[in-house]
Amino acid sequence: MRGDEGDGRGQVWRSRRYRWDLRWSPYAFVAPFFLFFAAFGLFPLLYTGWAALHQVELTDPDSMTWVGLRNFTRLWDDEFFWNALRNTVTIGLLSTVPQLAIALGLAHLLNYKLRGSAFFRVAVLTPYATSVAAATLVFVLLFGRDYGMVNWALSTVGFDAVDWQNGTFASQLAVSTIVIWRWTGYNALIYLAAMQAVPGELYESAALDGASRLQQFIHVTVPSLRPTIFFTCVVSTIGATQLFGEPLLFNGGAGATGGSDHQFQTLGLYLYEQGWVNLHLGRASAIAWAMFLILLVIAGAARLLRGREASR
Amino acid sequence: MRSLRAGRLTYAVLVLFTAGSLFPLMWTAIAASRSNTRLAQTPPPFWFGGNLGRNLQVAWTDANMGAALLNTVIVASTVAAGTVVFSTLAGFAFAKLRFRGRRLLMSLVVGTMLIPPQLSVVPLYMLIARLSWTDRLQAVILPTLVSAFGVFFMRQYLAQALPSELVEAARTDGASSLRIVWHVVFPAARPAMAVLAMLTFVMAWNDFFWPIVALTQNGSPTVQVALTGLGRGYVPDQSVIMAGALLGTLPLLLVFLVFGRQIVGGIMQGAVKG
Repeated sequence: MRGDEGDGRGQVWRSRRYRWDLRWSPYAFVAPFFLFFAAFGLFPLLYTGWAALHQVELTDPDSMTWVGLRNFTRLWDDEFFWNALRNTVTIGLLSTVPQLAIALGLAHLLNYKLRGSAFFRVAVLTPYATSVAAATLVFVLLFGRDYGMVNWALSTVGFDAVDWQNGTFASQLAVSTIVIWRWTGYNALIYLAAMQAVPGELYESAALDGASRLQQFIHVTVPSLRPTIFFTCVVSTIGATQLFGEPLLFNGGAGATGGSDHQFQTLGLYLYEQGWVNLHLGRASAIAWAMFLILLVIAGAARLLRGREASR
Repeated sequence: MRSLRAGRLTYAVLVLFTAGSLFPLMWTAIAASRSNTRLAQTPPPFWFGGNLGRNLQVAWTDANMGAALLNTVIVASTVAAGTVVFSTLAGFAFAKLRFRGRRLLMSLVVGTMLIPPQLSVVPLYMLIARLSWTDRLQAVILPTLVSAFGVFFMRQYLAQALPSELVEAARTDGASSLRIVWHVVFPAARPAMAVLAMLTFVMAWNDFFWPIVALTQNGSPTVQVALTGLGRGYVPDQSVIMAGALLGTLPLLLVFLVFGRQIVGGIMQGAVKG
């Protein structure tokens, strides 16, 4: 019993405050997210579209000249844009497909009853804690043409040295390796989590039917994991379209060109080059919108694909 | 759950994977302990040399690593703390409170996860340039202080881990929403808050795209931006570059060594529910 219970005005005030609290607190709790998002997410998002229709230079971002769609038409005729788009697709495929395939196999192994399973899980996730910058700098050395460890290892088994920084395919493969190294363990853990949710009876009945371990993996594990695989494909695709740090730093001194001959310049890197090296913020905005449209197209295609699969 | 015992082959493959995961890190340390001349010879070194101290010192002064590390610690802890508090508040509201527009707002949160960061980098830069924030730490802290993933993660956790009766009981006792958050929600959310804090800390520590746009190397960069300076050849010495990479990675590896199991658990938990 509280002392002021009998005080009528206090009670009115309290119940009013109670209703007010009940009604508005939820909004107060979600407000910080939306305020920050409005300021640093939504406003920039819309403004990029606006800036893409202007000529804006980094040196004087406040003066904008209306140019209509010219930034976009220039992009259409820009061979470096198409080159970057091609590279993004190639490196994306080279990194995403092996990465997810290896992760799936790795998760399968981690799903066995293991001694030291915690150790293995932490160990394969360690690259995730390594920054793009640190990882890329190490791989630049490992992939060195003359004294790098990869070429040394190749030479011991009788192969010629590969010019990992200048060859087109070789450099794209090397950049993809960095991505694969950093993200395979992460994806393996996501698959592992999904595998542990697969009911054991499915395996038991498959085993009764005489399915080998490999057959169980193909006919029980993979189908049960389909939503998770779809999820990781989407996330990795988004990551691949944004690839930036690896190609920027894989390139000795040349900076944002993505190799001496733009051989591994991605869209993300091209955007950075246009905006912060060539100082054309308007054109950079147009590239950003082009990237977004490409993502939307991929998302639409994935949806169609998924819809067809579901209706099967 | 399945309890197939692993055979020798499984262990062999896993050990191979582990070696592949750890080798580049270990080799960073080996290269950092050698001299530049030794790195320009074949075969490459496989074991530690005696130059670690000297290389660390050069990296420390040339790339201004001390200041960069301090800046990164400030950025990563502030972002982690902000993300955890704001995500828990919003996650609690979405999981346990009834209010108009709740579904719509939640789908907005999820929708924001799909927006690529490139799409806002130009105006964001113009914004911080106008505020004269370039080279200031708030330029990298404020835009990443909230996270849609965090809100989603905390909502999923609290929907399960926090019994609605507990919230109702506190209300009947006359507790205000803020008191409920402090005395009921935060204690219940503590394990998930810890996981989210670590995940966010790792992400903020390693963030690259936005910091390199917003911070130059002359100002107060984070470790990742400072490392770029080393890599671009202001210091052409490879062993020093590796020493810098080691300095930028070591603190996180220590965090990982101590909290690795929880981080693994957090990723797996987020995956199942996500």
